[in-house]
Amino acid sequence: MEHFPILSFITFFPIVGMIIVLFLPKTRTTLIKGLTVFVTGIQVVAAAVILSLYDYTLGGINDPSTFQFIEKFRWIEIEGFAWLGTIKIDYFLGIDGLSVPMLLLTAIVTFIAAISSWSIDKSVKGYFAMFLLLDTGMMGVFVALDFFLFYVFWELMLLPMYFLIGIWGGPRREYAAIKFFLYTLLGSIFILLVMIGLYFSAQETLADGTKVFTFNILALMDTANYSEIGILSPLNPANLRFIAYLALFIGFAIKIPMFPFHTWLPDAHVEAPTAISVILAGILLKMGTYGILRFSYPIFPDITHQLIWYIALFGMINIIYGALCAMAQKDFKKLIAYSSVSHMGFVMLGMASLNSIGIAGAILQMFNHGTITAMLFLLVGVIYDRAHIRDLDAFGGLANQMPVFTGFTTVAFFAAIGLPGLSAFISEAFVFVGAFGYEPIRALAIISTLGILLGAGYMLWTLQRVFLGSLKEKWNTLPDLTFREYAMLIPLTLIIIFLGVYPSAMLDLMNSSVNQIVRFMDDAKILYGSLGIF
Amino acid sequence: MTEQLLIKFSILILFLPLIGFIVALLFGKRFSRIYLFENIVLFISFVLSVILVYAKLAYFIDSTITSEIQWITVGSTTIELGIELDNIAVLMILVVMIISLLVHLFSIAYMKGDSRYNRYFAYLGLFTFSMSGIVLTHNILMMYIFWELVGISSYLLIGFWYEKKSASDAAKKAFIVNRIGDIGMLAGVLMLFITYDTFTFDKIFDQISQGILPFNSEFWLTVTGLLIFCGAIGKSAQFPLHVWLPDAMEGPTPVSALIHAATMVAAGVYLVVKVFTMLTGDALFIIAIIGMLSALIPATIALTQNDIKRVLAYSTVSQLGYMIMALGVGAFTFAFFHLITHAFFKACLFLGSGSVIHGMHHEQDIRNMGGLRKKMPLTYATFLISSIAISGVPLTSGFLSKDGILAGTFAFGSLTGHWLFAIVGFLVAMLTAFYMFRLVILTFHGEPRNKDKYDHAHESPFIMVMPLVVLAGLSFFFWYTPNPLDASKGWVVTEWIKPPQISVPENARYDFMKTDILAQDGKIDGYPVSYSQKYTKAVHQAHYPAMLLSLLVAGLGILMAFVIYQWKKLDADKLALKMKPLYNISYNKWYFDEIYDATFVAGTTGLSKLLAKFDLKVIDGIVDGSATVTRGTSTFSGRFDNIVVDGLVNFMAYLSGFIGLIFRRFQTGKVQTYIVMVIFSLVILLFIFKSL
Amino acid sequence: MTEIGLNHFLIVSTVLFSLGIFGIVTRKNAVMVLMGIELVLNAANINFIAFAKYGGFGYQGQLVALFVIVLAAAEAAIALAIVLNIYKTFSTVDVDQIDTLKD
Repeated sequence: MEHFPILSFITFFPIVGMIIVLFLPKTRTTLIKGLTVFVTGIQVVAAAVILSLYDYTLGGINDPSTFQFIEKFRWIEIEGFAWLGTIKIDYFLGIDGLSVPMLLLTAIVTFIAAISSWSIDKSVKGYFAMFLLLDTGMMGVFVALDFFLFYVFWELMLLPMYFLIGIWGGPRREYAAIKFFLYTLLGSIFILLVMIGLYFSAQETLADGTKVFTFNILALMDTANYSEIGILSPLNPANLRFIAYLALFIGFAIKIPMFPFHTWLPDAHVEAPTAISVILAGILLKMGTYGILRFSYPIFPDITHQLIWYIALFGMINIIYGALCAMAQKDFKKLIAYSSVSHMGFVMLGMASLNSIGIAGAILQMFNHGTITAMLFLLVGVIYDRAHIRDLDAFGGLANQMPVFTGFTTVAFFAAIGLPGLSAFISEAFVFVGAFGYEPIRALAIISTLGILLGAGYMLWTLQRVFLGSLKEKWNTLPDLTFREYAMLIPLTLIIIFLGVYPSAMLDLMNSSVNQIVRFMDDAKILYGSLGIF
Repeated sequence: MTEQLLIKFSILILFLPLIGFIVALLFGKRFSRIYLFENIVLFISFVLSVILVYAKLAYFIDSTITSEIQWITVGSTTIELGIELDNIAVLMILVVMIISLLVHLFSIAYMKGDSRYNRYFAYLGLFTFSMSGIVLTHNILMMYIFWELVGISSYLLIGFWYEKKSASDAAKKAFIVNRIGDIGMLAGVLMLFITYDTFTFDKIFDQISQGILPFNSEFWLTVTGLLIFCGAIGKSAQFPLHVWLPDAMEGPTPVSALIHAATMVAAGVYLVVKVFTMLTGDALFIIAIIGMLSALIPATIALTQNDIKRVLAYSTVSQLGYMIMALGVGAFTFAFFHLITHAFFKACLFLGSGSVIHGMHHEQDIRNMGGLRKKMPLTYATFLISSIAISGVPLTSGFLSKDGILAGTFAFGSLTGHWLFAIVGFLVAMLTAFYMFRLVILTFHGEPRNKDKYDHAHESPFIMVMPLVVLAGLSFFFWYTPNPLDASKGWVVTEWIKPPQISVPENARYDFMKTDILAQDGKIDGYPVSYSQKYTKAVHQAHYPAMLLSLLVAGLGILMAFVIYQWKKLDADKLALKMKPLYNISYNKWYFDEIYDATFVAGTTGLSKLLAKFDLKVIDGIVDGSATVTRGTSTFSGRFDNIVVDGLVNFMAYLSGFIGLIFRRFQTGKVQTYIVMVIFSLVILLFIFKSL
Repeated sequence: MTEIGLNHFLIVSTVLFSLGIFGIVTRKNAVMVLMGIELVLNAANINFIAFAKYGGFGYQGQLVALFVIVLAAAEAAIALAIVLNIYKTFSTVDVDQIDTLKD
């Protein structure tokens, strides 16, 4: 395994699948579906292999030597012209404790989404080709360590998503798809600008001693690599790092989605087919927070320290605002969408705490929210497949008609309101412990605790409206879960319970990296202080 | 008996009900008799807990046994899972197990025929597991975890008959009101963690006694203590969060007995007992006030309620307020003692009411009862014994514990001058005696008011009556002390329950809790010293006056109940009319629900609707607006492009076209015309050249 | 009676030429137009011969005139063929109606 490029494999294997799908005749739908499930299944296996070989003691973050499964070689090389110098872009993949949970999450959720896609019957070939392309994009985002490469994957994921919502979505799919696309593209432009700015601000020293401009994010984290004239260089007194930070942050914040950039989410979720909602909520939202931890924090530690209170503030707003909005929704999917806004607020609050517990809580919350929301959307899909409506008030008393479905929903809902014994409790508790322990944002943490009250409010209210009470006449023919639905829901339930009882399984995985990022941020405060920047 | 063995026993006690829960939940559909499995594991847990208590009290009476394993490591912090066995914990676990077992037995008959029979026992198992967790844990994070689990099992059991809207409403209300308290508790836990970097009780208390305080101030220690107490306010249904408990009576009656009378609601008291050592004088004083209000207000409400279970529910809140008040005034041992005695007789009362409801075919309104003592003699006898106990009549356990609490408030009054607690204490004792006997008389005495229902009433089967008898038996004095008038001579409050060493800094304590030198040498007047010499003396001086007074008020209350309801010397309805405003306040439960609905509930839902609208109209409006603006701009620039830029180009084309139009006149297509023109031109050229 | 000189020839040729042009311009029938052309050619022939005789150019004029006659014959043959084809295509030989050149 030493030399097997497993990260490239896990990233590009879906592309191989896509090519095969494209060569298959349109009518062989079962084969196409089966192939997709197989490909994503292989991804899960590969993720498991990565997990088994992963060294828990290595930190990563800014230290190239402690990244694992590194693959690095020159990808683009254009010999110098004019003042640009030589353009050298690396193909640079690697993982640390920040990416491994996300990698696992992506593999699992995509696999389950692939199973869930089995019910697609409109231009199957196109759907699954897009689906696999999307898969590659997502996986790539989490393993790329070169800004340029990251950006390529980031954009790669956007296009299939557009089509998947725009073609296979609900009645207002075009509106939702365009809104999603343009909104995310807006964010991408911000990221692109910062990326180019950084490129011209820092130079990496190659093995032969020559200095070249670089997209390598690990090099961008080191102040020694910056020149004195770069516009985003901390050494340049007239730098534009503050503006660049805001731009980069907004770029990622749109993806989270952070208030007030969140309104694409409810529309996209409501219109997207179930499997795509699952991926959207389960994986795509995490890219925003992942991006902030991977890029904004280590590349701009100085500005991060300056703006930390605002990050926590927006986290708090997300929590409370999302919960209150969720409470007023009548559409099941919209409710879950707003609850996502609320739960991603916990991630932001945890990140803003800048201590081990808070950041570990944030990453854990990313994983847990991924599994729990995926499950919630699957459950909404189950009911929508049967009843063809999602209006909460139209149901009632389903507990007796569909007991197993009710059982799974109850578990998912209880997980979402942070019940102990289920995964989200530990992450939310850690977020609070972390945020409470960081003095500047303590007050925000206290206000945010209201979120768990509101969460209980809207979730239990929903539970009551849909499942409790007496059964309405027209629903007494709804069948309970099918085998395929069991296959999707049982793994997620097991993960939720397992991580609730034994969170160390995930926490140990990220512990070194969390410590590393906290140490890095603390050191940076001193370092930048010595540079006279604070 | 080694300590390790006890730890193993307690782990078994903890997890056996959980196994019962899982098995009953997963296989409940397939095997209809799976509930027996749950009952058997619970019985094993019960037996083990008896052994545990015996072993602990016989061999390790003065030591605390702890054991922990590492659970989570984050950064430099380690969080452990652990078990702590002290006398209070083992006594509590025994109480939980006894009542849980009896409720299980009772339920076998009571719930017979329910469509979710196995599910019911599964939930009971989950509850027993969570409750044992609260009792056994050694750190406050675990306690919070089990705290929430207890909340959820309570939610599931209150809403067990979820087809009824009122049941699912009550379940939701219970959970959410509890969560309000839990948020406070969470904040308290966080305060403790950031100060002491640990969740473990022992380590926290050690550091407090070394003088390490949150933010280095006693004020913040007070705040932390009160924040943790918020959890107790929620779970023990204290004022102002008591509103959920009466509604929780929508659940099956055995559940009310187990959860909403004896164990879960006592968890709040247990929490205060557990953290008593870190509560400052100020915090205790506020706790006492909350307890006092919680004792008084529901007692006044209970006077006028007509639902047999609601009367008992308000009585429960009131008695819990009593315990909290007792803790607030420093009567630690008697507060916990009252927790135990109350658990037994209140469980007996609830199960008795369940027996009545069962016998009356689900009739709960006492106005439709009466005369049942002939039909249900055993239920009547046990119900009466428990009522006597709760009213505080000698020879019962209730007298002992209540008397102790009243003596505590009396002593507190004499030491600090705050007599209000004592006054309210005696008042509530009287009210309690009154409304309990009102209940007994209206239910069991007199003539049947609903003949039809009365005729069909019947005594409950043995399996339901047996728990009543056992619980009524436990309401007598001899289990606790040889002297029916003084618990201090008994083993429970002298040997088993002892007030803890206070860890709070001296100057933040109540005056009487400050260490005085004479207290160090053990006993005063043959009594062991609690807190200080001053306090011990005051308590014993207060004992006899308090006892006489409490006898008086209890007798008065019972007498009044008989005067009004048995002998009908005073007409209850006329009395109600005469005190119409007071009656209305009591009958409508002081309008708490209405006030909360109008403020918090309506406020939150209103705000959520407003924000959702704001989200849709404003935030999304901005997004859509920017799209519209962009589209408008693009339309404009498109027009501009079309009209101006392209217009210019088109104009050129039009111009040439126009010119062409003129010139095409000459283009007739007829060769002859062309020739004419050629010749004509030639002629002209000729002339031109000629003129040159 | 004056001797017939160059001018007379030229007058005749001018008249012939004018008649030819007149015919070309005014006739609607294509055959008549062709005949006009023949007249114009012959007017030119007269000019050639007249100038050859009175201009002292030797026989070059006659030579060219012979060429022109041959040419005229050939031209007439081709032109008639064209006219025939025009008739086939347009079912008319009216030159006013054959104005596709306009479009």
